[in-house]
Amino acid sequence: MRFLEKFLHEKIKPHFEKGGKFEKLYPVYDGMETFLFVPGHTAHKGAHIRDGIDLKRTMITVVLALIPCLLFGIWNTGHQHYLFNGEISPEDAWNVMLWDKILYGAMKVLPIVIVSYAVGLGVEFAFCIVKKHSIQEGFLVSGMLIPLILPVDIPLWMVAVATVFAVIFGKEVFGGTGMNILNVALTARAFLFFAYPTKMSGDQVWVSELPDATAGETQLGMWAQTIGVKDNPDAVQGIMDKTYSTMEMFIGNMPGSIGETSAVACLIGALILIYTGIGSFRIMASVLVGGLTMSYIFNLVGINPFMEVSPIDQILAGGFLFGLVFMATDPVTASQTPTGKIIYGFFIGFFAIMIRVFNPAYPEGMMLAILFMNVMAPLIDHYVLQANVKKRISRLKQVKVAA
Amino acid sequence: MENLASIFVKGIFIENMIFAYFLGMCSYLAVSKTVKTAVGLGAAVIFVLGITVPINYLLENYLLKEGALAWLGEDFATLDLSFLSFIMFIAVIASMVQLVEMAVEKFAPALYGALGIFLPLIAVNCSILGGALFMQERQYPNIGEATIFGLGSGVGWLLAIVAIAAIREKIRYSHVPAPLRGLGITFIITGLMGIAFMSFMGVEL
Repeated sequence: MRFLEKFLHEKIKPHFEKGGKFEKLYPVYDGMETFLFVPGHTAHKGAHIRDGIDLKRTMITVVLALIPCLLFGIWNTGHQHYLFNGEISPEDAWNVMLWDKILYGAMKVLPIVIVSYAVGLGVEFAFCIVKKHSIQEGFLVSGMLIPLILPVDIPLWMVAVATVFAVIFGKEVFGGTGMNILNVALTARAFLFFAYPTKMSGDQVWVSELPDATAGETQLGMWAQTIGVKDNPDAVQGIMDKTYSTMEMFIGNMPGSIGETSAVACLIGALILIYTGIGSFRIMASVLVGGLTMSYIFNLVGINPFMEVSPIDQILAGGFLFGLVFMATDPVTASQTPTGKIIYGFFIGFFAIMIRVFNPAYPEGMMLAILFMNVMAPLIDHYVLQANVKKRISRLKQVKVAA
Repeated sequence: MENLASIFVKGIFIENMIFAYFLGMCSYLAVSKTVKTAVGLGAAVIFVLGITVPINYLLENYLLKEGALAWLGEDFATLDLSFLSFIMFIAVIASMVQLVEMAVEKFAPALYGALGIFLPLIAVNCSILGGALFMQERQYPNIGEATIFGLGSGVGWLLAIVAIAAIREKIRYSHVPAPLRGLGITFIITGLMGIAFMSFMGVEL
C-alpha cells in the first residue's frame, strides 16, 4: 500500500496538478485518490461534529446494504430462467443447478450494473471537469439502484439512455449530489417506463429468455388482471391459483425487477441501514403503516378481487419493500423534518397501494408514489417549519404575559 | 354525492390543470417564488373558478347552446349561439375578476397589496377559460357538478403552484448552472413534476 501511495503521489499526481499535462482532469485524479486513500485535508474552520463518516462512507454503506438484493437478484434471474424453460421442475427447484443459476444470472445482471456505473460515472466526471469541482459520490448508490429496479431483459442501450437522462436532468442541472428533488434512480426508471412501456411492463420482460407463448407475469400483474374479470368467479379463481404464496413472496423466488423480489434481502438491507443510522427508521415505519392502512381500507371496501388481497400480501408483493428501504429513505429527496418524515412516509405507502389498485395501467404503484411524494416533500417541510415557528412565537408571548 | 366527490378528486389529481393540460402556466411560473404569495394566488384562482364556471354554465345552457333559448318561445328553439361562447365566457371572467378585485381592495387591502398585479392577471389565466371550455365540452348535467368541477380544478392548480413554490424555495441555495437559473430550472422542475403526476393518469373513478 505504501508503495502504491508513493507511486501515486510522486509519479502520477504532478501530471494532474496545476501546470501538469492533464491539469483539466484533476477532478478525476482527485476522485480516484480519495477512493483509494483517506483524504489528508481537514476542515479549514472549526468543525462542529466529530465523526469519521463522510459522504463516501455513507454511500458505501448503502451499497453494502444493497448487496443481498443484488446477490439474490442474480440467483433469481437464473432460477426463473431455468424454471420457465422447463429445465428444472418446481418441486426440486431449490436443490439443483445452484452454480448454473448464479452463472447465468451473473451473465445477465452484471452487464446492466456495469453499463449503469460506467455511463453514470462518465457523465458525472464530465460535469465535474467542466465545473471544476471535486467528484461527489452520489452516483455510487444510484448506479447500483438503477439495475436493481429494472426488468432483466432490458436492452443495455436503454439502461444507458435512462442513466444519462436521470443524471443530467435529475441531478446535475440542480447542481449535483444533494441538490436533486427527485430520486435519481427512480427518475431513470420513470423515464424508461413512460418512454418504452413495452420493455418495462407486461408479462414478457420479467424472465430472461422467456420461451415463446408463455407468460412470466408478476404477482401484481396477475392481481391487476383479476379486476377485468371480477364478475366471473371461475376466472378470478383461475388467476388466483397461479399467484405466488405469501412464503414465496417473502423469499422472493418469483418474476419481477432484478432486485425487488425478495423481502428477506430487503429486510437485511433495512437492518444494516437502521443499525448504522443511515436510513431513517421513521420513514420506513411510516411507509409500512401507510401501506397497511390503505390495503386494510381496501379490504373493507372490497369491490374487486385486487382490493381483497390481504395487507401482508400487498406489502410483500412487487417493489413495495425495496422502495420502502432504499428509495423512500433517500436523505436528499425525503422530508427533512422529523414530523415531515412521518407524513411523507405515510403518504408514500398510502398512494402506492392506491395507485396499484385504482390504476390498471400501472400495477406497480411504489415508483410513482415515491416520485409524487418527492415533489411534495419540500411543501410538507415548509408547513412543518411554519407550524413550529408559530408554536414558538405563541409560547414566547405566553412567557411575556406571565412575566 | 359519490359522483361529486369523484369529479372533485379528478379535478385535483387526474385532470390537473397544470400537469395534465399545461394550462395557466404563465402565472404558475411567475408567482411561484415563495409559498406565501403562491397560496394567495392559488386561493384567488379557486375563488374565480368557483364563480365563473357555474355562471358560464348558466349562460351555456340558457343562452348559447343549440336550443337553449327555447324558454323565449317557439321561434327561438332552433337558434344556436355557441359561436359566441368564447367572447361571452371571457367577458364573464373579466368582469368577475374586476368584481373580485374591487371586493378584495375594499375589504382586504393587505391581501390586495400582496397580490399586486397578479390579481387582475387572473383574467388572462388560461386555466380559468380552460375551466369554462372543459365545462362546455364535457356537458355536465347540472350546475352542482359544474361548480364542483370548477372548485376541484382550482384546488389542483393551487396544489401545483404551492408545490413548485416550496421546491423553488428549497433550491434557492443550490448551485444551479448559471444559464439555467430562474425560468430554465423552473421549466425542468415542472417537467419532472409532470412525470410524478403521471401516476394518476388513467385512474378510473
